Amino acid sequence: MLGNLVVQALSGLASAASLFLVSAGLTVIFGVTRIVNFAHGSFYMLGAYLGWTLATNLPRGHVPFWGGVVLAAVIVGLVGVVVELLLLRRIYKAPELFQLLATFGVVLVVQDAALWIWGPQDLLGPRAPGLRGAVYILDSRFPLYDLVLIGIGIAVFLLLWLLFQRTRFGILVRAATADREMVGALGVNQRLLFTGVFFLGSALAGLAGALQVPRESVNLQMDLAIIAEAFVVVVVGGLGSLPGAALAALLLGQMQAFGILVFPQITLVLVFLVMAAVLVVRPYGLLGRAPAGHAASLAPVEPPIAPLSPRGRLVAGVALVLALLAPLVLADYALVVMTEICLAILFAATLHFIMGPGGMASFGHAAYFGIGAYAAALLVKHLAAPMELSLLAAPFAAGIAGLAFGWFCVRLSGVYAAMLTMAFAQIAWSTAFQWVDFTGGDNGILGVWPPAWAVPKPVQAWGTLILCLGGAFLLRRAIFAPFGAALRAQRDSVLRAEAIGIDTMRIRWFAFAIAAAFAGLAGALFAFTKGSVFPTYMAIPRSIDGLMMVLLGGVQTVTGPILGAIAYTGLHEQLMRVTELWRAVLGAIIIALVLFFPRGLAGLGARS
Amino acid sequence: MLRLSDLHAHYGRAHILQGVSLHVRPGEVHVLLGRNGAGKSTTMKAIMGLVPPTSGGVEFLGQPIAGLEPFEVARRGLGYVPEERRVFAELTVAENLEVGRQKPREGLAPWSVERICGVFPSLAAMLKRPGGRMSGGEQQMLTIGRTLMGNPRLVLLDEPSEGLAPVIVDRMADAVRALRAEGMSILLSEQNWHFASRVGDAASIIEKGAIVWRGSMAELLADEAARGRYLTV
Ligand SMILES: Nc1ncnc2c1ncn2[C@@H]1O[C@H](COP(=O)(O)OP(=O)(O)OP(=O)(O)O)[C@@H](O)[C@H]1O
Ligand SMILES: [Mg+2]
Repeated sequence: MLGNLVVQALSGLASAASLFLVSAGLTVIFGVTRIVNFAHGSFYMLGAYLGWTLATNLPRGHVPFWGGVVLAAVIVGLVGVVVELLLLRRIYKAPELFQLLATFGVVLVVQDAALWIWGPQDLLGPRAPGLRGAVYILDSRFPLYDLVLIGIGIAVFLLLWLLFQRTRFGILVRAATADREMVGALGVNQRLLFTGVFFLGSALAGLAGALQVPRESVNLQMDLAIIAEAFVVVVVGGLGSLPGAALAALLLGQMQAFGILVFPQITLVLVFLVMAAVLVVRPYGLLGRAPAGHAASLAPVEPPIAPLSPRGRLVAGVALVLALLAPLVLADYALVVMTEICLAILFAATLHFIMGPGGMASFGHAAYFGIGAYAAALLVKHLAAPMELSLLAAPFAAGIAGLAFGWFCVRLSGVYAAMLTMAFAQIAWSTAFQWVDFTGGDNGILGVWPPAWAVPKPVQAWGTLILCLGGAFLLRRAIFAPFGAALRAQRDSVLRAEAIGIDTMRIRWFAFAIAAAFAGLAGALFAFTKGSVFPTYMAIPRSIDGLMMVLLGGVQTVTGPILGAIAYTGLHEQLMRVTELWRAVLGAIIIALVLFFPRGLAGLGARS
Repeated sequence: MLRLSDLHAHYGRAHILQGVSLHVRPGEVHVLLGRNGAGKSTTMKAIMGLVPPTSGGVEFLGQPIAGLEPFEVARRGLGYVPEERRVFAELTVAENLEVGRQKPREGLAPWSVERICGVFPSLAAMLKRPGGRMSGGEQQMLTIGRTLMGNPRLVLLDEPSEGLAPVIVDRMADAVRALRAEGMSILLSEQNWHFASRVGDAASIIEKGAIVWRGSMAELLADEAARGRYLTV
């Protein structure tokens, strides 16, 4: 029994060790460059693939094996440098949201690059030479390799500590983490510092990835799986704090190790719950500090929202009439695309509602879309509820989730709010993924079909068109109503809004819940048009889809999300039809958009 | 040595510097006087490139430096001591000084930690202490020392006397005079007339983002009318 506990604690340490390696790089990069690097998980995955290639191709033996691990780390470090030089260097002054998106573009490109080079199948690497066996601790078995991993984790921590305390580079990194503008004014060329930090951070991620090869299979899902956990570690520890990352990694490692004994169903949820709890009690993490002075804004500053001009109204009216007539003439495939576009419009409009007028950011908006979809599917599946009732109930479910999650999220701002919204989305996702008995887990829920009258494609197209555009229209009305005016007032200045008697926290909270409810409606409709629901409905990529639509359209225009949703869905659809590597192309487009059109498509139109 | 000609700068849409012209000669302590919000700090930030000038010129040692990045300006020998001090709170005193270190500059005796401690003896006893755990006066000494470690030819000192006890202000005045004696040029922004009059050689008065008076310290001492108009609150 005691032996069991010790072994459990040790395996917690082993996962903490690799989690620490990944998170240390992420937190140091954030500390200095203020970039939340989504691609960090991709560097980890690249490290694993490279480690696998080297381990399988080099001769057996200690020197080739460990040499290969180090080489993989160095190569990944150099890839990080290339990304920094070509992309991030140009966007250090861009709004944080765009930086996040650009790094997500890198995620997509790396994913397809890995698919193209290594193929879709899981790869199993060789065991580490001489470390195949296990040790016995109080009669319980513990893998020798994991013990080595713990040692490596500790050694890297000590080396990093020495680097940061004893070298000029380390001192500059710590100084820049506190106040990088001042470091520049003292004559330090930050470009070199940033590139150096990127090499170090990426190499650490690569090292962690390469070290996983003897433990588990290498696959294309590693990037987003690790980045979500690394975000949690970094945020819980305090963005930019290396000891914080170590502490949080230890905490999380132990929690997962023992959580699996106590609540095997909700280990993933537990992790994100801890993060939410920590952020509410200590908004800057366990060992983090409030960033000095110059807080960058999350979204770009744009001119205030204006109602449509008479000409705009005319165009919108004609478009609406055409859309209403379309189901009479379009073929089934075109109708499916049209339905998807309508759903995307509503989804984007809800996200825009909290981002544009609300001034909040959400990196987990898919949660509410997914909760709506699951609510509808579960009602159909477990209670055999009719579609009409499910469609009515789903927005309530999503709205309640929005009230619950939103209560926490509206208390934070900037990157922290973005991370918390993502954490909640991951909670929703893990529930759907892990609670197999109730939600079907990865297999989802099938057979969520509409009643006979709603099966024909034109009927579905009309139904979604009316419900989605109706929803988007209601949100638009709300933006120009007194509620929307108060919402915009608090976005522009919390102080001034409070001075005229607006309860800013409350108004943000309600806006969040309203947006969640409408997103839930979109999700439920989606469930019925597809006939099934899956955990991916709430996964990170779908949240990013929403962000892309809103940012494509421009945050501060009311028509923006509509244009953005149409453009993005159309693009997505076309890309998937013409190329296998559509992710890479999409990623490249995202990167190009951030680089060249930081104001979005609607901004483009406004300027010309 | 440092010449600003018709310098303009904005914060967003707010037009803060509306044509600042100013000339600091080698080896002089030039005091930039003005009330709260007159634009003293903004002038210094514009010189450093921390607030990019929107028009006008900045010339240092005969070279135009407007439009350069702050680190490039610093590397040309312009040291900046910010008003808010901006000590790195988690770094020790010795580490703070290390951040400021730059290559020795031709024709100047290089600054070292020992030499800084010679100017500010109280720092010597606290080299291992984190910057966050120092008094305001000690932090002020540290920021000046940190900037000196870059071996500057000219130092921009933004209100070094702000919020300090009279004894410490005296110590600052001594330090400024000691630096001047070594040949350092200094542009010093001040509201504390008493302090400024004790250390300055020349003065410019800024109001609403433009220079409204300039002359030698002796002239300003004699011109009671100008002092009354521009300096008393
Ligand atoms: N970051 C900023 N954003 C917008 N306006 C600013 C900012 N910093 C200063 N200002 C404005 O610019 C003007 C000049 O400010 P500055 O700090 O240069 O004055 P100062 O002469 O240094 O005053 P003080 O003696 O109080 O330090 C002021 O009106 C101030 O409100
Ligand atoms: Mg000032």
